[in-house]
Amino acid sequence: MASVHGALLDLKRLDRLAGGDTPLHRLDPRAKVLATLVFIVCVVSFGRYELSALIPFFIFPVSLVAAGRLPAGYLAAKVALVAPFAIAVGICNPFFDRGILVHLGALDITGGWVSFASIVLRTALTVGAALTLTALTGFASICRALVRLGMPKAFAMQLLFLYRYLFVLAEEGGRASRARELRSFGRKGSGLASYASLLGHLLLRTWQRAERMHMAMLARGFTGDFPSAQGGRFGAREVVFVLFWSALFITLRLYNGAELLGTLVTVYLS
Amino acid sequence: MHMADALLSPTVGATMWAVSAGGVALGSARLRREHDDRLAPLMGVLGGFLFAAQMINFSIPGTGSSGHLTGGLLLAILLGPSAAFLTVASVLMVQAFFFADGGLLALGCNIFNLGMIPALLVYPLCYRRLIGPEPGRRREVVVTMLAALLAMQLGALCVVLETTASGVSALPLDKFLLLMQPIHLAIGLVEGAVTLAVVSFLRKARPELLARGSAPSAASGRLVLAGFLVCALFVAGGLSRFASVKPDGLEWSVARVSGEASLPEHRSGLPVLLGALQRRTAWFPDYRSVSAAAPVLTPAPASAGPQPLPVSGKGSGAAGVAGTALTVLLVAGAALLLRRGNRGALPPRA
Repeated sequence: MASVHGALLDLKRLDRLAGGDTPLHRLDPRAKVLATLVFIVCVVSFGRYELSALIPFFIFPVSLVAAGRLPAGYLAAKVALVAPFAIAVGICNPFFDRGILVHLGALDITGGWVSFASIVLRTALTVGAALTLTALTGFASICRALVRLGMPKAFAMQLLFLYRYLFVLAEEGGRASRARELRSFGRKGSGLASYASLLGHLLLRTWQRAERMHMAMLARGFTGDFPSAQGGRFGAREVVFVLFWSALFITLRLYNGAELLGTLVTVYLS
Repeated sequence: MHMADALLSPTVGATMWAVSAGGVALGSARLRREHDDRLAPLMGVLGGFLFAAQMINFSIPGTGSSGHLTGGLLLAILLGPSAAFLTVASVLMVQAFFFADGGLLALGCNIFNLGMIPALLVYPLCYRRLIGPEPGRRREVVVTMLAALLAMQLGALCVVLETTASGVSALPLDKFLLLMQPIHLAIGLVEGAVTLAVVSFLRKARPELLARGSAPSAASGRLVLAGFLVCALFVAGGLSRFASVKPDGLEWSVARVSGEASLPEHRSGLPVLLGALQRRTAWFPDYRSVSAAAPVLTPAPASAGPQPLPVSGKGSGAAGVAGTALTVLLVAGAALLLRRGNRGALPPRA
């Protein structure tokens, strides 16, 4: 997220994906939110040395991406972009956790490396699932789903307002930041003094915008609530979707799918 | 940057979700009571402002690094605690959904750390109490810096506690503390300086804006205090928390650890892992003969003699690799099928 403009482009692209029209896009957002939450909790609840049991979980983001016709490469790149953070923390594990965990002939693999690999896998899974959810549902629908799942209305309104004006404000901030960069080639001018007045001016303009918006909204009869779009129905398809995925995740959590499969194959081969 | 799902245990994540959800409910209820419909659009655009401001950096002279605003304290000064808290929380939510900053389970921790601590804890209990009605310049400087430092230190402390409680990362508590706290001292100084500079700017430009947040409401302060006592008891009852960190700080400290402690091992470690992978894959077809040769290959550590252990280890290792590979194939196959089926079902639209 180095530059405001880059982040904004990224945001817009992800946002546009939610406009797709596949059965998954049309599914009630609550179903997708619930399934994703169950998924994340299941993935995160594994012990720190778990590797192979995590692999089968890729079925969820991968099949959603495929069925929702999302650009897989773009999402994978986004996941990889987030990964360095988890890697930075996880890379400490090999230094502090030196107990030998796995013997592979002459090779001993310490617990630290195993848990590091596990952290990387978890990151890929959880981040992938979250991004897939956003790309399939769209932020406004997620907010509506969360309200119907019990989120306070005032907070939902804040989220929707933020979402509407985020783009405007980010563009304004990006322009101000670019103007400052152009005027301060070298270092002079990029210090705290000009930063503070840049932020201050941005804040003032933001405030004035809010006042204008408020008047415009009053003029149009704003009563303190967004008219909520008629929500979808939590019908049979939604129930099936949630039940199927939850059952799958819990099964995969309880039984190591990859290892079972591997044992089966190796026994059969030998 | 924020805390990541991958480093959280579900207990810790769920606890922090509950605490943050309680905070959001409390803040929303108080906003509803205030009935100030000017506040809704204002909070929305200020969230957008915060989002933009967090991505604009300034260079810190003499260090070659750069800093930026985090904003919890600034918003609390401008809007009052509960509106500021909801604004920060909404920004964190957008970041979690669109940039996967942190992730969905870690959202609770992030909201607690970046929103609750500065807006609902440090601002009403420290800043507002100390700043007084007509602060002089020196008092304002001292109190703002103190509040910013306190917020950052508490946040960093929460990160450390949370990491340790989750047990996914193996960083020892004392080392992590020693690295995080000093870095966040610096980050807190930056935050304090920026907050102070922006507030002074606003005081000169539009002093009436600063009146809003400082309008005291004793009852709400007490409510917040009570809420925090409950939270503290909850946490003291055995659950600890993770909170989010600024990216630069955490990554920097991590680099310090790995740089100081054992870079050479890091170098030798990766090839070891790769070698292991290679051997695994190479041995798999000949799985039986390998297990027969195992005792010979094992470099006789006197205690680790027993034969069945390495054999069984390798057996499950081979099964694990095979299963993993097969699962990956299956997942890929399912994806292909789904994509194709989809294409058949829905004619691609232009």
